[in-house]
Amino acid sequence: MGFFEGLWLFIWTVIKILCIVVPLLLSVAYLTYAERKVIGAIQVRKGPNRVGWMGLLQPIADVLKLLTKEVLVPTNSHRFLFLIAPILSLAPAFAAWAVIPFSDTKVLADVNAGLLYVLALTSIGVYGVIIAGWASNSKYAFLGAMRSAAQIVSYEIAMGFALVGVLMVSGSLNLGDIVRAQEGSIFHWFWLPLFPLFIVYFISGVAETNRAPFDVAEGESEIVAGFHVDYSGMAFALFFLAEYANMIMIAALAVIMFLGGWLSPIPFIPDGIGWFFVKTGFMLFFFLWFRATFPRYRYDQIMRLGWKVFIPVTILWLTVEAVAILLEIGPWFDVRAS
Amino acid sequence: MELKVVVFWVFSLVLIGAAVGVITTRNPVQAALFLVLAFFNSAIIWMLMEAEFLAITLVLVYVGAVMVLFLFVVMMLDVNLVPQREGFTRYLPLGGLIAATIVVQMIFLIRVRWFSPENFPAPTPRGADYSNTEELGRAIYTDYLFQFEVAAVILLVAIIAAIALTMRRRPDTKYQTPGEQVQVKKEDRLRVVSMDAEK
Repeated sequence: MGFFEGLWLFIWTVIKILCIVVPLLLSVAYLTYAERKVIGAIQVRKGPNRVGWMGLLQPIADVLKLLTKEVLVPTNSHRFLFLIAPILSLAPAFAAWAVIPFSDTKVLADVNAGLLYVLALTSIGVYGVIIAGWASNSKYAFLGAMRSAAQIVSYEIAMGFALVGVLMVSGSLNLGDIVRAQEGSIFHWFWLPLFPLFIVYFISGVAETNRAPFDVAEGESEIVAGFHVDYSGMAFALFFLAEYANMIMIAALAVIMFLGGWLSPIPFIPDGIGWFFVKTGFMLFFFLWFRATFPRYRYDQIMRLGWKVFIPVTILWLTVEAVAILLEIGPWFDVRAS
Repeated sequence: MELKVVVFWVFSLVLIGAAVGVITTRNPVQAALFLVLAFFNSAIIWMLMEAEFLAITLVLVYVGAVMVLFLFVVMMLDVNLVPQREGFTRYLPLGGLIAATIVVQMIFLIRVRWFSPENFPAPTPRGADYSNTEELGRAIYTDYLFQFEVAAVILLVAIIAAIALTMRRRPDTKYQTPGEQVQVKKEDRLRVVSMDAEK
């Protein structure tokens, strides 16, 4: 490969990355808007409605406010780790998007072990939280970090088992191939044969992103704001950004693995990238709905749910699935790559 | 120089630096974080060798789970550094002996004939559709199934033994039984008393 070809490849890749990251940032901004509007509607309020038409410029105003605020570094905190923690939580949240297939052809890196890559990167995200909690040198932040570490390790196992179920029925770790294995109609998607795994995956996803009702790492009423209590300005905004990017990521993964990605639900309507966005938006709505509906879990209840309910459920369903694959029960278990 | 070689040098230098950091830094949390960095860099070096499954599994298992638990414990320890250095001169001869043994062993291992670079030519790059996940799966679950099962049983025994060692009866611990809590009725908890109005 010549020098200019290499340079062109580099520039072209950067352009493609920007094509993913810029819309992602915009979706994060408007997800916060949607969250406030949806929760407002559920609680019979109006939500933001002052900045711009229907409050549509509210996220922009929030970003500007956070940008102009000072980033305070507490005394006796570990300065380097304190400042690098928000970056450590944001970077994996963005890097995981490299392997997400938006449509049949639109994917940045079509790698074989895509599912594993996503799982590995989402598990790295916890370091931002742990390091932030430790480096702040504050008891509240530290408690938040401890809770988050225990919670994420517990739910990762259930999540991993749920993904094992998906790769057993699709016979591939490549996210594009997983979607292609669900070709057909809405009843060919994996949510139907893997319904318990779908539920376990999504609830574990809510727990992994530290969202309500699993937000004990923040726990406003108990430990103020948990791991990011000492962060202000842009450093706080980065944590916020990472949390919402992870939410969109979990929703997108649920769509790819259980709801047929870019495939259309009815056979005669063409497939397309639009379906992917519609389904992801649908899954994201659940995150907001959960937050407005459920009170926060108590810490021991979270542990009980993760270890004593989800893991047995996933193992049981993997056994059922293995039998179904042996018996080649259609239409899901007989189309495996042989 | 090829780009791949540059990448290799950058990451292996960071890896060695992080490994040195693990044993030289005073703060245990920083040492654990250096170890995380070392794991991550070795994963990238494995990735350069086209062992993507093992590389990602290294990140997933060691960085994502084992080191999180490590940090969890290390952060809660209140390590006092002064008594740690007390016996430095006393333990120096023994420590030096162990270090020397390890160094001699490694020199012998690296110098033996099957470990020389001539016997390890650069692997031929595989095509884009080659999946070493499938190859590994075939090796573990088809070719070496029996050995794999034996290893799994040994691990299971180790898990049960670890749980059995730490389990102890604590009669003063209060447990909740969510099933009973859910089935509680109004009559069990609430007593309605009719009494005259206070003046």
